[in-house]
Order: sequence, then C-alpha cells, then structure tokens
Amino acid sequence: MIELWNSLPEVIRILLKIVVILAPLMGLVAYYTLAERKIIGYMQIRIGPNRVGPRGLLQPIADAVKLMFKEIILPTRADKTLFIIAPLLTLAPALAAWAVFPFDENLVLADINAGLLYILALTSLGVYGVIIAGWASNSKYALLGALRSGAQIVAYEIAMGFALVGVLVAAGSLNLGDIVRAQSGNVFTWFWLPLLPLFLIYFISGLAETNRAPFDVAEGESEIVAGFHVEYSGMTFAVFFLGEYANMILISALSATLFLGGWLSPLPAAWVEGVFPLDSGFHWLLLKTFFFMFLFLWFRATFPRYRYDQIMRLGWKVFIPITIVWILVVGLAVVYKLPPWWSA
Amino acid sequence: MGFEKFLFYVLAATLIAAAGMVVTRRNPVHAVLFLVVAFFSSAMLWMLLEAEFLAISLVLVYVGAVLVLFLFVIMMLDVDIATLKAQFIRHLPLALVVGVIMLVEIFLVVGPGNFGGESFPNPAPQGPDYNNTRELGLLLYSSYLYPFEIAAVILLVAIVAAIRLTLRHRPDTKYLDPSKQVYVRKGPDRVQLIRVPPEPRRVPPTATPTSGVEDEA
Amino acid sequence: MTFDYAHLLPIVPEIAVLVLASILLLVDLWLKDEDKGTNHLIAVFGLLVVIGLTGVVGGGEREIVLSGSYIRDPMSDVLKIAVLVVSLLSFVYSRDYLRDRGLWVGEFYVLTLCAVLGMMVMISANSFLTLYLGLELLALSLYALVAFERDNPSGAEAAMKYFVLGALGSGLLLYGLSMLYGASGSLELGAVARAVAWQGADNQVLVFGLVFVVIGIGFKFGAVPFHMWVPDTYQGAPNPVVLFLGSAPKIAAFALAFRLLVDGLGQLHADWQGMLVILSVISLAVGNIVAIAQTNIKRMLAYSTISHVGFIFLGLLAGTTEGFAAAMFYAIVYALMAAGGFGLLVMMSRQGHEVERLEDLKGLNERDSWQAAMMALVMFSMAGVPPTVGFMAKLLVLDAVISIGLWWLALIAVFFSVIGAFYYLRVVKIIYFDKPEVIEPLVVGSGARVALSVTGLAILLLGLFPAALLTYCQAAFA
Repeated sequence: MIELWNSLPEVIRILLKIVVILAPLMGLVAYYTLAERKIIGYMQIRIGPNRVGPRGLLQPIADAVKLMFKEIILPTRADKTLFIIAPLLTLAPALAAWAVFPFDENLVLADINAGLLYILALTSLGVYGVIIAGWASNSKYALLGALRSGAQIVAYEIAMGFALVGVLVAAGSLNLGDIVRAQSGNVFTWFWLPLLPLFLIYFISGLAETNRAPFDVAEGESEIVAGFHVEYSGMTFAVFFLGEYANMILISALSATLFLGGWLSPLPAAWVEGVFPLDSGFHWLLLKTFFFMFLFLWFRATFPRYRYDQIMRLGWKVFIPITIVWILVVGLAVVYKLPPWWSA
Repeated sequence: MGFEKFLFYVLAATLIAAAGMVVTRRNPVHAVLFLVVAFFSSAMLWMLLEAEFLAISLVLVYVGAVLVLFLFVIMMLDVDIATLKAQFIRHLPLALVVGVIMLVEIFLVVGPGNFGGESFPNPAPQGPDYNNTRELGLLLYSSYLYPFEIAAVILLVAIVAAIRLTLRHRPDTKYLDPSKQVYVRKGPDRVQLIRVPPEPRRVPPTATPTSGVEDEA
Repeated sequence: MTFDYAHLLPIVPEIAVLVLASILLLVDLWLKDEDKGTNHLIAVFGLLVVIGLTGVVGGGEREIVLSGSYIRDPMSDVLKIAVLVVSLLSFVYSRDYLRDRGLWVGEFYVLTLCAVLGMMVMISANSFLTLYLGLELLALSLYALVAFERDNPSGAEAAMKYFVLGALGSGLLLYGLSMLYGASGSLELGAVARAVAWQGADNQVLVFGLVFVVIGIGFKFGAVPFHMWVPDTYQGAPNPVVLFLGSAPKIAAFALAFRLLVDGLGQLHADWQGMLVILSVISLAVGNIVAIAQTNIKRMLAYSTISHVGFIFLGLLAGTTEGFAAAMFYAIVYALMAAGGFGLLVMMSRQGHEVERLEDLKGLNERDSWQAAMMALVMFSMAGVPPTVGFMAKLLVLDAVISIGLWWLALIAVFFSVIGAFYYLRVVKIIYFDKPEVIEPLVVGSGARVALSVTGLAILLLGLFPAALLTYCQAAFA
C-alpha cells in the first residue's frame, strides 16, 4: 500500500498534464462551432451570429449555458443507462487520442512507440457512441442513422487504416514524433507529396469517420431528421457535439502531423534556425491544423450530400484498392531509396 | 503493492466481472457491450505485460471492427430472449456438471502442477528502446513467413466465400449508374416535354347510370 | 532465421496452385456467361502443370525448409500427386453438371483450388502451425463449397452442420496442439518428437494433448463417434462437391494423422494405438451396418467412407513401416474409388434431377453398359473383391495388423467387410438386374467418360499390379 501511496504524486502530475491539453481543446471546440456558423454564413452571403457579445463572440458561451439548463428528455422504453453513456462514448476516444499526440519536439504526454496504432484503435471506437445512441433511443430514425453510420465508419476505417499503413511504411515508425522527424527538410520532403493519394484518402475518410458533410447520412437532417441523436436534448446533445467537433480537430491535427510535417517549418531548417515565426514550432502545427479545420467547413458549405450506395461504393471499390496499390508503390520507393524522401 | 500490481488486480476483476455479465445478461446488446469491456480489460492486461502491439491490435481488431459488426447484426435481429433462456435453464444442471468436471480436469493438467511459475520463469524485462512491434514484424516475415502467407490465403478464401454466398444481383433495385448518366445526350435519351392537347370537356353523365358509363370508367 | 530464395524451390507446386487460383479469380471477372468454359480449361491445364512441377521438384532426400515449417519427403511427393490427380478427375467429372446448373463460375474453381492448396500445405507441414493452417484452409473452402448452390436449402443446412462440427473438431485439435506445445516447448514436429522422447509418456500434459489431437483427427476423418457430419453433409451438398469432398481430403487427412501421430508423437505409439483401435472397430461396425439401411446412395457412400476410415486407422495403428505404407496405399486407393463412385452420380445427374436414390441407378446397364461396368468395378473394389485394387488394399492393411499380432482385430475387420459387401453388391444387382425407370440412354460428355474409364481401369490394373503404386508407398517410409 505504501508504494501505491508513493505513486500518487505521479498520477496527479499526469492528471494535470491531461487538463493542460484538454482545457484549451474544449475552448477550441466551442469557438470552432462559432467559426463554422460565421464562415458558412459568409460563404452563403450572410453575417452569421452577431447578437451575443461583440460580433457574436460570446455566442458559444451562451449556447453552452443554454444547453446546460435544458432538460434531458429520456424517451419511454429507451435503455436508460446506454442512452446516457452513448454521448460519453463518442467524446472519450476523441479526447483520449490526444495522449500520444506530439505538439512540438519533446512536447507530448505519452511518447509511446505504437502511437499511430493507438490512435487508429481509439478512433475506431467512436462508432460505439453512435450505434449505441441509435439503438438505445428506441426510435426508428435513430436506429436508421446508427446503422448507416456503423456501415459507413467500418468501411472508411479500412481505407483510413491502409492510408496510415502507407505513412508507417514511409516513416519506418509508429511513433508520431518519429513520423514528423522523418519528414524533416522542407515543404517538399513532407509526406503529402510522395503519399498524395493516401493523403487525400486519409482526409476524405476522416470526413466520413466524423460523419461530416458530404458524408453526413447518419444525421441526414432532410431525410431522417437528425439520425442517431434525434432523441437527445440538453447536455447529452451537447456532449455529442463536443465529441464530433473534437474528432474533427483530431483528424485535422493528425492530417497535419502525418502528411504536412507537424510542427516543422516549410522552409529548410538551415535558413530559419532561431528566427522565431519561421522556425519550426507549435505555431506551425496550429496553422496547419486550422487549415484542415477550415476545409471541413468549406466542404460542408460546398458539396451536396452523397447518396448511401455512393458512399459505400467510394469506400470499398475506390479508396481501398487505391490505398493497397499505393502501399505497394511506397514500399518499392522505400526499398529502392527514392530521393529525396528516402535517400538517406 | 505497487501501482502496476494494483492496476493488475483492478483490470483482472473487471475482466472477470464483465465476462460473467456476457453470459448472464438477458439483453444480447448488453452482452456484446460487456464483451467490449472484457476485451478492453484483457488488452490492458497485455499492456501490463509490455506487449503493446498485441494489446492495441486486440482493441483495434476485436473492439473496433469485429464487435461492431456483432452489434450491427444483433441490433437488427430481434432475438427472442425468453425462449432462449428457457432452454438455458432446462439444460443448466447438466451443463454445470459437465462444466465443473471439465474445469477440474483442465485445472489438473494446465494448473500450477505442470505450468507453474517455477517451470516457466518470467522473461527478463526489456529496455525502454525495445520495440516489440518491430520484433514481431521481423519474426513474422522471416521465421513464420510461410504460415503467415497461408493465413493470408485463408482470409482470401473467406472473402471469396462470403461474396459468393451473399452477393446477388437484384433486378428490382432502382440503381443509377453515374458514369452512364454522364453520357446521356440530348434527344431520345433525355426526358422530353410533350405538349399534350387539352382534353375536350366531357358532357357530364346523365343521372341514370347505364352500362355505357361503366365501360367508360 | 534468415530468408533464402533457395527455400522457395520445394514449395513451387504450392505457389503454382495459388497463382492458378488468383489467375482464375481475375480471368473470371472478364468472362461472359457463355465463355465460362475457359475457367474449366485453365483449371484443368493448370493442375496438369502443377502435377508436372510436383514431379520435377520432388524426388530425392527429405528436406526441411522455411524455418522448419515445411517438409518435402518421398511421402509428400506421392500424396501431393495423388491429391492433384484426384482433384483433376473431379474437375473433369463435374464439368457438365456445373454447366447445366449455372454453377459454372470462377468461384467454384477458386475455392476448390484453395482446398487443394490447403491439402498440399497439410501434406508438407512440418509444424503444428502449418498443419493447422492448411487444415483450416481446406475446411473453410469446403464449407463454402457445400453451400455453393446458395438457393438450395438442403445445401445450406448441410454446410451449417459441417461448419459447426468442423469448427468443433478444429477447436479440439487446436486445444490438443496447444497442450503439446506447452509440454514440448516447440511447434516444429522434429523438435516435438525429441522433447517427447526425452519426457516420455509420464508427462500427463502430453497424454492429455494427445487425446484431443486424436479426437480432432477423428473429426476430420469422420470416424465414429465423430462421424455425425458425414452423412448429412454428403446428402445435402451438390454432387460435384461431394465428389471432391469425399475423395481427395481423405488423403490429406491421412497426412494429418501421420504427421501428428508418427512424425510428432511417434514415441507415444502405445498410447494412441489403443485409441485408434477403438475408433477403427466402431467405425467399421457402424459404417458397414448402418449403410445397409440407407436408400439414399449418397448417404450409403457416406457410411461406406466411415468404414473405410476404419481400415485406414487399422494400418496406422500397426505402427510399422509396413502398416504406414498399407494405410497410405489404402487412402490413395479409396480416394480414387470414391472419385469414381461419386463421379458416376455427378454424370447421371441432369438439370433438375439430382441422382441420389438407389432406385435412380436401376437398370443402368441397359442405358449405358460401359458406365455400368465401371460403376460395378468401383463397387467390387470398395467391397474388396479380387482382383480389384480394393482387395489388395484391404489385404495389405490386414497383413500389417496381423504382423503385430492383433489377430482378433483383423478378424473383426474381415467380419465387417463381409457385412459391407452386401450393400455394395446390392448396387451391382440394381444396376444389372432391375428394370430401369427411365429408358433414355445416358448423355455423358467425352471428358467425363474418359475420366471414368481411366478410374475404372486404374482400379483393375492396380489390383493386378499393385507394385506400381505400392513401391512408392513403401519407399516413402523406407
């Protein structure tokens, strides 16, 4: 027991680190919703929310307060426990995945050597929240949404996994930090260029995994009302949204890390050594992540929703074959040391 | 008791409890979800053994894919639990006797007498740079290359068999082929608007129904 | 362990089968429905090539490659060629049947070839892992083949029964193998044999594992009391699948039993001999007696299989090189006979009419006397009437059993063979002396006609000159 007591400070320290990562993340999620409404508003020649606070800046806070005070309605004959657990199951993996994420050189909570695999495993768990929510609500629309989403996520997870295998082959490591270091050089040595098909497939699969437009058949407001979360209200609904946006940010950050060199500067290290805004650092990661987060919103404003069979076709018959072929190409390139990426 | 040992007991207790729930829950969806918990706990136990690759693969493959499909199927089937349970209770005494006998026998053989800690000591712990993903890969692609490839063929057979047994071309589905739609040309392929001359107004039928009116209807 | 390209040389036949299956899988995509015959041609010629390759690669001393998971020895050469030839025959027999039923699709050939690959892997396995994987590859392909006619409910039922019991058998086998691994500390058969020799039969884990392994082998062979799947599967599966399922896999099952019991656990001979005695005696009894009561010829042949399995076990349990050679000879000969018997059923089945009752054979002689003669030859051989090869096979097995002093066992075997002769000869009687229900002559493709003739003549010639095959079987254990 004494030893257990002695390990307590270590546990507390880890918990504090987790808070340091998650608190800004939650803030980012809140303001991401505002950004979405603003950006899509401008794209549609509207202004977006502008009443709460200067230029609508306090809108997310108002939303949060509103959702917190709303009643959580439990549908009759719903499975009460699972109904409450489901939103948490969406949120938890999206947050837990950040444990192995490198924010900068040596700035990572858990530097494990199977990091990529860990992230893949955790993102594959997100589907449980959706499926359980759909089933536990005891509602037709919710179940339909859950089934659609389950099939879609399983299909795109395979393509996503294969895309990550390509990254792993290219970097020769499962550790996210090592993957970033393997891309060091300049903007052309990042993996987006040699792994271009995998890069595109990864990001598109990410859209599908997070149930975002144009793959949002699981929610499909115009077809099945709101899909799996049609019965949710108040804070449970809010948690679903936290999960969805946290997942979007995670996918964006991962795309930036795996294909766009994470915290690395686009200019060669020799030119910008020590010059603050140009030198490699956390700000570059943030910039790249924001770029992908913007793409999420842009796509939503631009593309019409895919039909269900088209989604399946794209996933199984287009993405998976392309990724398999490209893994072979990457493998050959690595074996034969194709410059400039694998010349060393 | 160190933190690791504490974790071990917590995880082992969770695993056993969850496994018990899997077989005793009345609702099959709950049973599958407890199976998820069971898999998770065993993955964590493997993690304590420093087998991180296997642990994460267990979560990725079983929890992330296999059990999702389980859940998918169970949600769509309306399993009649009451009748299943009746069978369960009826055969319970026999099953218990057989189960206990087997358990005792297996314990005698697999138990500490033959596979105790003294005959199989713990392997020396590896250093922090030891990467068991890499070691596993090296083994799989050298010593175990042949079995590994055969396993791949087995998966191929599973795919071929599953597709053969389930794929049917249903003529009644209204399916659009986008690549064909692109080639539609102006003219007979497209929807045409045809000007239909308005029907001349009919004389309302007389009050007395006749056979002629019925024919017209 | 390093990888050496020279290690790939012995496994060239296996690679060729896999390549063949992959080619078929791709070619089938671009074939129109009326061109599906191309599949058949590719499969048949491909198998001929593989037989040639096996002959070229084979011969010479035994070699163990690929880090001890693969063995090539004289036994594996002979068994592989036997498996390939029987599979080739079954392709030729089923051509017209598949064409008429719309089953002429690439998947049939792909699955069958994967099953062939599984058998070859089993035959050349030198470790528990390869043995088990080969077995699963074979079994998985066969489950799918049994359910191949997917709109046929009896096929689906048969596949389900086969799958459930087959999975149970695999599970037991795997459990036994894991025990053996735990006790011996190795997966490789040679190392296991050394560990067993060192520990002896005192180790209860070894004996415990052995029991499970024998049960698993019993399941895969279909020996009584693990035979429940055999009649139902034979009855429900489409005829060409029964033809394949009932012939070549017996050779592979022999290899499975030999590799595990003799190569791996030869030191425990005293333990497994007793188990095999029990299995073989009740298989002989149940197989021969229950077969008499069958009116469905597929079920009858299923029970006949069970009784023949008893004979194969008799040869194995002798534990002498003579006994092994006899069992191997028996397995190959049985596969040939079964291919002939089921082949005729496949040939007689036509669109909408599955030949499976004994009455369907009535007066076959008047419809096609050559085919009738061949069928009669197969039946005589199964019954063990001289001068057919069935007699020689039984004689060799009995000789091996007597030479280790088990007179009573040989007497039991002879007794049940005599009972069994009744139902084989009844088929001959039905063919020659009963009035046919349908008069129209049998329409048989030339390929199948040639194949059946080859089978029949082989049965006769091998009976007269058994040395042609027997020397190879004996050389395998010399």
